[in-house]
Amino acid sequence: MPFLGDDMADALNALVILANFVLVPGLAYGSQLALGALGVTLVYAVLRFSNFAHGETMAIGTMFVILATWGLQSVGISFGPLPTALIALPLGIFVAVMLCLVTDRLVYRYYRRQKASGVTYLIVSVGVMFVYNGLIRFVIGPRDQIFADGQRFILKAREFKSMTGLNEGLAIKTTQVVTVVTAILTVGAVFWFLNRTRTGKSMRAFSDNEDLALLSGINPDRVVMIAWMMTGALATIAGTLYGLDKSFKPFVYLQLLLPIFAAAIVGGVGNPLGAIAGGFVIAFSELFVTFAYKRVVTYLLPDSMAPETLVQFLSTDYKFAVSFVILVIVLLVKPTGIFSGKSL
Amino acid sequence: MKNNGFFIVVALIVGGVVGYLVGSGQKEIVEVEKIVEVEKIIEVPAKADVKIGILLGFTGPIESLTPDMAAGAELAMKEATDSGAFMGGSKVIGVRADSTCVDTAAATAAAERLITSDGVSGVMGADCSGVTIATLQNVAMAKGIAMISPSATSPALSDLEDSGLFFRTAPSDARQGQVVAEMLMEKGIKSIAITYTNNDYGKGLADSIQMNYEKLGGGVTISAAHEEGKGDYSAEVAALSQAGGDMLVVAGYLDQGGKMIIQSSLDTGAFSTFFLPDGMIGDALPEAIGADLNGSIGTVPGTDSPGATMLNDLAASAGFKNGPFTAESYDAAALMIMAMQAAGSTDSSAYKEKVMMVANAPGEKIFPGEIGKALEIIAGGGDVDYVGASAVELIGSGESAGSYAEILVDGGKNTTVGYR
Repeated sequence: MPFLGDDMADALNALVILANFVLVPGLAYGSQLALGALGVTLVYAVLRFSNFAHGETMAIGTMFVILATWGLQSVGISFGPLPTALIALPLGIFVAVMLCLVTDRLVYRYYRRQKASGVTYLIVSVGVMFVYNGLIRFVIGPRDQIFADGQRFILKAREFKSMTGLNEGLAIKTTQVVTVVTAILTVGAVFWFLNRTRTGKSMRAFSDNEDLALLSGINPDRVVMIAWMMTGALATIAGTLYGLDKSFKPFVYLQLLLPIFAAAIVGGVGNPLGAIAGGFVIAFSELFVTFAYKRVVTYLLPDSMAPETLVQFLSTDYKFAVSFVILVIVLLVKPTGIFSGKSL
Repeated sequence: MKNNGFFIVVALIVGGVVGYLVGSGQKEIVEVEKIVEVEKIIEVPAKADVKIGILLGFTGPIESLTPDMAAGAELAMKEATDSGAFMGGSKVIGVRADSTCVDTAAATAAAERLITSDGVSGVMGADCSGVTIATLQNVAMAKGIAMISPSATSPALSDLEDSGLFFRTAPSDARQGQVVAEMLMEKGIKSIAITYTNNDYGKGLADSIQMNYEKLGGGVTISAAHEEGKGDYSAEVAALSQAGGDMLVVAGYLDQGGKMIIQSSLDTGAFSTFFLPDGMIGDALPEAIGADLNGSIGTVPGTDSPGATMLNDLAASAGFKNGPFTAESYDAAALMIMAMQAAGSTDSSAYKEKVMMVANAPGEKIFPGEIGKALEIIAGGGDVDYVGASAVELIGSGESAGSYAEILVDGGKNTTVGYR
């Protein structure tokens, strides 16, 4: 670093480490959780139950996208530097939405007519989860599938080092950028739909007060149908982005259920804005709490004070425990979540 | 506040369901480990059929390997029977039982059945380290039956009190740790980070590598476990990268967490070269990772002895494949048969004393396909030095000395560059 002071370089190196291992992955992971939580919150707002099948809906939607991707690849279609899965996404969404509507027709509608309680719905959704789970294993199998293609990196760690002359590298994967951009577009579209369109407004009215909405002539079946369509679409997008960025392995989406629910509840169940905030809160908490700060601290402190240990608050084994703890704390301190929940 | 209790219920149910399903998902993980052999105490009269149990995980995480392993053991038994030289013309009959590789209760029940109901004189098995220890301690030792495992590599089995009943044709990971440490030092690598899969195999191997490497003067910056079957290992890789080191030793499985840790390390620039112990060696890994893996090194049990090639041909004509641990299974069964011949008895307490004798020098060298010849030599009062398909040399309390192939990933392929 001939042109920067040592202190300056050290601070930059520390920042780059954090960016490489926490900020960039956290942004992508947070976006994936936010989209997942948005789906959960939507079902809660309109249908008034916690949809445990959401993780599997994500997995099954992703599975359709993967099958469509393979189809496209076999006929030689690709998306240049971007993953082919993005072209396959609409097709996957379509099939996933159909599946959600069929499930609603066959399963949830029956309980809606029974005016079943939230807990009954919840258990029913666990049943749906198992059925989806079996279906996924039956169709694509339990093994992991890697379906990301195109250019892998936008910025490689080695290129970053030679570009900046810093000791530490910063890598940005194409899938991370794709995740964040897609998440922004999707969230924008959802908010536009809810706030600007007649159908969206009728959904919000239905969510706010079902009886009043019915009195003012809103068709409940239509609202429910649109809620399921949005859920299917959001789940497929979230699942595909996660699968592209990490890897598609059916039971991994089950593990995601906990952080997704944590995100939805932390933000305030039923509140779309809360779901997004919650997604990022959970993602960054998991990463910040389990990160080892040894080298960051070494850069920032004088050499004599360099730490011997890893400077890690919690072992990475406890990653999922972090979301659970946050969930419990929020429920005890502010049960309605950061943004007061239950409104759309 | 009215939703408070409800959400806590939701949270607990989510946690419980996720925990349960993740737990059951883990069981699908392929965990390549080992088999043990138990021998029956009851004296079998001459000319009667001699039964040997084949206790392997025919269902479970290594079910793709066990059919060939069992076929290998059965081939050795058939050779002995066909020669007509075994115990004055007795037949050797293999009895299969399922160890499941992971479920110790099921493996124990299977071993009980082999010994008490089938009346086997010994057991070729079990396969994975955990079930091997359980069946040895709970069944074989209680009944006084010898076991020869082809694939249990946990160092814990070396020091286990076994009344001299347990042998293995697979080397202990204690030996692999030594080989790994020597290779690293010879490459001039002075500090390593270790990540291991969180089970008996991974932990045993990681500890052995760390101990041997530190003894040679190397520094281990971190030795951290990883769980199999997760979607994302970036947090694990972040911790490893902060600890630093010249090379990352990945004591995991090539199709699972091990592969993803390597991919994630390369993506973030955390590590650029890796050490790959036996669980990570397979064509699938360089294929999945690509050119970035070039320059990484590894070890896998292997030998340049001609025995391996000879078994390839025998297996092909018998209609099976000489896959991972098939040679060790053939050798385990052959050793047991020859020890019985040498003792002139199928009583475990008698022939257990002869296993080391037939396995090691002095004596005439015996290769695969020569079991009949060996039985005749022994019957004539001669001595044999069984080499077999895996260059058997039993050391210590009766485990393979361990010959390893040095692997270098070059041009997108695993290439063998030497043996030690």
